[in-house]
Amino acid sequence: MQITAFWRNVRFLQALGQVAFVLIIALAAGFLYANVSTNLTRQGLTVGYDFLNNPASFDIGEANIPYQASDSYGRAILVGLVNTLVVSILGIIFTTIVGVIAGIARLSSNWLISRFAIAYVGVIRNTPLIIQLMFWYFGIILQLPAVKEAVALPGPIYLTRRGVYMPWFEAQPTFDSWRIYIWVALASIVLIWLIFRWNYNRSSLPIPLWWNLAYLLAPVLILWIGMILQPQPPLLENIPVLTGLNFKGGLRLTPEFAALLFGLVVYTGAFIAEIVRAGIQAISRGQLEAARSLGLSTAQALRLIVFPQALRVIIPPMTSQYLNLAKNSSLAIAIGYPDLFSIAGTVANQTGAVVEVILIMMLSYLSMSLFTSLLMNIYNSRVRLVER
Amino acid sequence: MRKITTLIGVLALASMLLAACGGAVPTVSGEPITVKETVLVTVEVTAEGGAVAETTPVPPPVAVAGGERLQTIMDRGNLICGVHGTFQGFGFLDTAGAWTGFDVEFCRAWAAALFNDADAVEFRALSAQDRFTALQSGEVDVLSRNSTWSFTRDGELGLTFGPVTFYDGQAIMVRKDVVSDATAGLDALEGAQVCVQSGTTTELNLADQFRAAGVNYEPVVFEDQSAAFQAYEEGRCDAITSDRSQLATQGQAVLSNYDDHVILDLVMSKEPLAPAVAQGDDKLADMVHWVVYGMIQAEELGITSENVDDFLTSEDPVIRRLLGVEGELGSKIGLSNDFIYRAIKLVGNYGEVYDRNLTPYGLARGQNDLWTNGGLMYAPPFR
Repeated sequence: MQITAFWRNVRFLQALGQVAFVLIIALAAGFLYANVSTNLTRQGLTVGYDFLNNPASFDIGEANIPYQASDSYGRAILVGLVNTLVVSILGIIFTTIVGVIAGIARLSSNWLISRFAIAYVGVIRNTPLIIQLMFWYFGIILQLPAVKEAVALPGPIYLTRRGVYMPWFEAQPTFDSWRIYIWVALASIVLIWLIFRWNYNRSSLPIPLWWNLAYLLAPVLILWIGMILQPQPPLLENIPVLTGLNFKGGLRLTPEFAALLFGLVVYTGAFIAEIVRAGIQAISRGQLEAARSLGLSTAQALRLIVFPQALRVIIPPMTSQYLNLAKNSSLAIAIGYPDLFSIAGTVANQTGAVVEVILIMMLSYLSMSLFTSLLMNIYNSRVRLVER
Repeated sequence: MRKITTLIGVLALASMLLAACGGAVPTVSGEPITVKETVLVTVEVTAEGGAVAETTPVPPPVAVAGGERLQTIMDRGNLICGVHGTFQGFGFLDTAGAWTGFDVEFCRAWAAALFNDADAVEFRALSAQDRFTALQSGEVDVLSRNSTWSFTRDGELGLTFGPVTFYDGQAIMVRKDVVSDATAGLDALEGAQVCVQSGTTTELNLADQFRAAGVNYEPVVFEDQSAAFQAYEEGRCDAITSDRSQLATQGQAVLSNYDDHVILDLVMSKEPLAPAVAQGDDKLADMVHWVVYGMIQAEELGITSENVDDFLTSEDPVIRRLLGVEGELGSKIGLSNDFIYRAIKLVGNYGEVYDRNLTPYGLARGQNDLWTNGGLMYAPPFR
């Protein structure tokens, strides 16, 4: 038996290549680390996270968790992180709706609708997001009338350059005793789902579309009964009222938040529209025709035959769009929304702990993205074609 | 295998980040130990530096320690100066592509002192948030960008500030339909929305002052001063706060109707604006200090860019030393002896620079007048 010389052994060479690669990476990382620490030492700067406990002493315009200027830098960064999460989660929800509608509209046989969708996708996809954000903020929202001349929409929703004011619910003291109705309402949804499933397993026939209304009607009915049974209503509608210089009450969206959310939704929606269109077109026309010839209506064929298959194509690229939206929210700094990047930047500037703060930011965005990917991958494996 | 790919990706990302942070100091990166030694030498030499320089006629450049940054600048042949970029009167890139402004002219003066060429400057426009990082990482040699000299910045950020070039104070500008009386206090701004630029001492003072006065407000924070002004102009905020100089100059330049606004008399803080260099090169710091002092001293002596040549023949020893006609003052900090002469000749004295850039905006000299006129501008003696 002939033994190959080790420098000709393919497996050895492959392993050697990998080791060399790891070594190069490690050396580069080591060099960069040494470089940074040398520079920092030279200027008498130390790396450490102690500064996070020092008082921040700057204010933040809008915070979704309690915050004041005497709180710590760590708390300030947390406020930024929560602000980023809020705008990202809402953005992902709305952009999915916008994108799916625009994607279907793009394929519509109605000339006007499809042209409109094409124009939307074309314009939005081909201009930089930062310019769009500037446009929505300075060009649209700040051009709204002043508070006293607010545009009143039904609701009442007031549009002003100081923000959008809309009615909201305010929890009353009786809210706690009313919680049981919320749980019952949620349980009713699960129950309906189980009934439909049982029915499907029994008869193998899809339920008529309008039966789905039960998902909505049952909880509303239960909550309504709860409202009647309770002597005092647990929630009161809180309507914004103009008092003095500003509106009081209701829910206020700041111009910065509104512009950022709107900009991100519109921008990402255009990309999602293309993904949805591609997903639908990826399903061969024969599928639709076969479904039609079996007696399904076009809507049924889309819902039961085309969409489930299109989802397989749609979900993976959709995940990257969700990640993009979350990461693009860091452009908020241009229009004054205090997101993670904006606040962490201020902290870095005030403390000089640039390296530490950038690491915090990277870790935050990284874990946000990995978590989103994880959820989407789980969902993806649910809709994937099951191969036997 | 996938895990390894992920790991490599993370490492690559991290290395790019680190490169961005620390890669910009070419001279130091290779030899970390040398640097440390040089810093140690600094201490020894400054302790007895005066005596050595007095007795030894030959001024070897090595005598002043920590000069490798200055040497880098000399070898490169130009000075990289961090400035504002969109702040008329202080640091502004005009439509013709020319840099103008008070802070900009000091960069020119340093370049003139170093290279006898006021145009041997490369300007870098920096945002308020980036400016100190740019200095720490060595992206710029000197920062001359209306930056307030404060303890934290001096101590924690690893900077060395030069002499104050402009004594400023934080003020607040309000629309007249909200507050019409310039003598009003912060109470008049209860519930107001205030536009402010991020990464400034102003942002911190604002929080401190309103907290001390127990007045509620809502800050709207922008990265860029122009964006803050634009949002204020569009009515997003009731008030905008910044240094008084900035409100006056930017206000006139940006706001469509400056008369509809009033700057409150309230002084919210001390804002001494000074140039800064990174810690670790005393030679460069000395150069920055003494060129500014020379320009102030020149104004005190009545020396301007127009008449400086006439003074070369002056018999006054003070003037002769300042202009390098006699003595070895320049070479003691590793520069040419006539470095002040060059700065005055090519740029001008402090008063000239002020009049050219700030007087057009109606900013009176006030605290920034010479000490002989009741101001705070005072240069240590050149001897």
